[in-house]
Amino acid sequence: MPTMLEVSGLGHTYKTKDGVHNAIGDVSFTVNAGELVCVVGPSGCGKSTLLRTISGLITPTVGEVLLHGDPVRGVPADLAVVFQDYSRSLFPWLSVQRNVEFPLRTRVSARAERRERAREALEWVGLSAAGGKYPWQLSGGMQQRVAIARALASRPSLLLMDEPFASVDAQTRFELEDLLLRVRAEHDSTVLLVTHDIDESVYLGDRVLVLSKSPGSITTDLDVNLPDERDQITTRASSEFVELRSEVARLLHGGEPATRPSPSVPDTAANDRFLAAERAETHSTSDT
Amino acid sequence: MRPVTRGLVGLAVFLLIWEVVGRSGITERRFLPPPSDVLGSLGEILVDGKFQSDVVATVLALVVSVAIAVLIAVPLGLLLGSFPVARHATRAVVEFLRPIPSVAFIPLAVVMLGVGPETKITLAVYAAVWPILFNTIYALDEVEDLHLETARAFGYSRVRTILSISLPSAVPFVLTGVRLASSIGLVVLISTEMIAGGRLGIGTFINVAREGAGRMDLLLAATVVAGAIGYLVNAAFDVAQRRWVSWSSLTRSAS
Repeated sequence: MPTMLEVSGLGHTYKTKDGVHNAIGDVSFTVNAGELVCVVGPSGCGKSTLLRTISGLITPTVGEVLLHGDPVRGVPADLAVVFQDYSRSLFPWLSVQRNVEFPLRTRVSARAERRERAREALEWVGLSAAGGKYPWQLSGGMQQRVAIARALASRPSLLLMDEPFASVDAQTRFELEDLLLRVRAEHDSTVLLVTHDIDESVYLGDRVLVLSKSPGSITTDLDVNLPDERDQITTRASSEFVELRSEVARLLHGGEPATRPSPSVPDTAANDRFLAAERAETHSTSDT
Repeated sequence: MRPVTRGLVGLAVFLLIWEVVGRSGITERRFLPPPSDVLGSLGEILVDGKFQSDVVATVLALVVSVAIAVLIAVPLGLLLGSFPVARHATRAVVEFLRPIPSVAFIPLAVVMLGVGPETKITLAVYAAVWPILFNTIYALDEVEDLHLETARAFGYSRVRTILSISLPSAVPFVLTGVRLASSIGLVVLISTEMIAGGRLGIGTFINVAREGAGRMDLLLAATVVAGAIGYLVNAAFDVAQRRWVSWSSLTRSAS
């Protein structure tokens, strides 16, 4: 498989009032064409900074990003970003159809083609009927589907997703995860997805990159050996899945046994487990 | 009580007090005629062709003034709001000019432009530019960062982002500015008509009623018409804001 994205020695430092903040340290990895790679890391490890440097929104302090071999300077044309906060990322004064057409306005000159491609993208995410509506008339999950359609409409060679499902409820989240898997299978998209949710990273990814605490750097590049056909119930219950997620959780905590769900925290989402583990960790360090 | 009912009750109480004071003899009835007298005069002037052209002249001048003010203030606001350098460079001049009441420029305007409609329009434009300008600049500070970043991530240039993101985001604020500007513009137009004279206008009519005939009832009737115009303009903007930029209040209250 050809290499789509090559990140080498990437680091970024923010200047703040009280000195400098080293958001990401020394990050290197590659993403092959057609792969879905998840970056998982604790809160504040510089995941969003990493994504912003790759998308060219901020210029990294050190290191280089190559998109199909060309160095990224400024925002590359064949890249699309889906942000976590769909409610603030969609334009309320534009209809859903117009929102999806938005990235095409600079790239496709023929209006009829823009309209057709936007209609197509809305079809991919199952929102054919919603084109005439306005974003604020839709539910959160539907809004994020519009944002995904908007990103897909420009047919990017690389789709970057910044915690795309973190702001929706658990049920919608499962639906959106499956939607993403279906869409990328149908269109052979290359996706780099950033998340703090361990389960999500294993469920979606072909590979999982584990990012350390700030300043973030890749500690492990893990292959996910799950079948391509995934299912929210059976996949998540399979022993391979459970093993992998434990492995990622363990790695995130630098080798400590990560899953120690405390009885007070409901064992529903990975995030809760993660927080519980983190709490347990803080506890043990304060004890010693 | 519904808002409309409440408003009508307030108006009725106001008219009642005016009626009582007007008839009580505290002031001479000739100087402060009660609303019943004014209502009669109002009916009289509304069918008067001369007064009708006065009203048309003032309303037309208002429309022209506000339109010119929008054409000046919105692009200028986009420029000053988007480029901090331009904003800092012009701050001193803007802060110096802004507090000067446009009425203070009447003598200067008369000397330079005469007493034709261009004089009052110039002064009304001057007064109307400020609220639109400041609302536009303020609106640009409020533009959602993620909207700007989204546009950038899709390869929009700076200028294109201003036109396709900042401008539509600013529309609700600009409309509020235009609404304020219309009220201020009307005040300045009538003031200029009264002070500088001129051939047509509600202010001119008021002036004639005062100086020539000493007819306070006509003066007050014309004032009521001026007030009604202001009220209707404001109400029209209210409807426009609700219809066209309902997304603004909806999204803002949701977030």
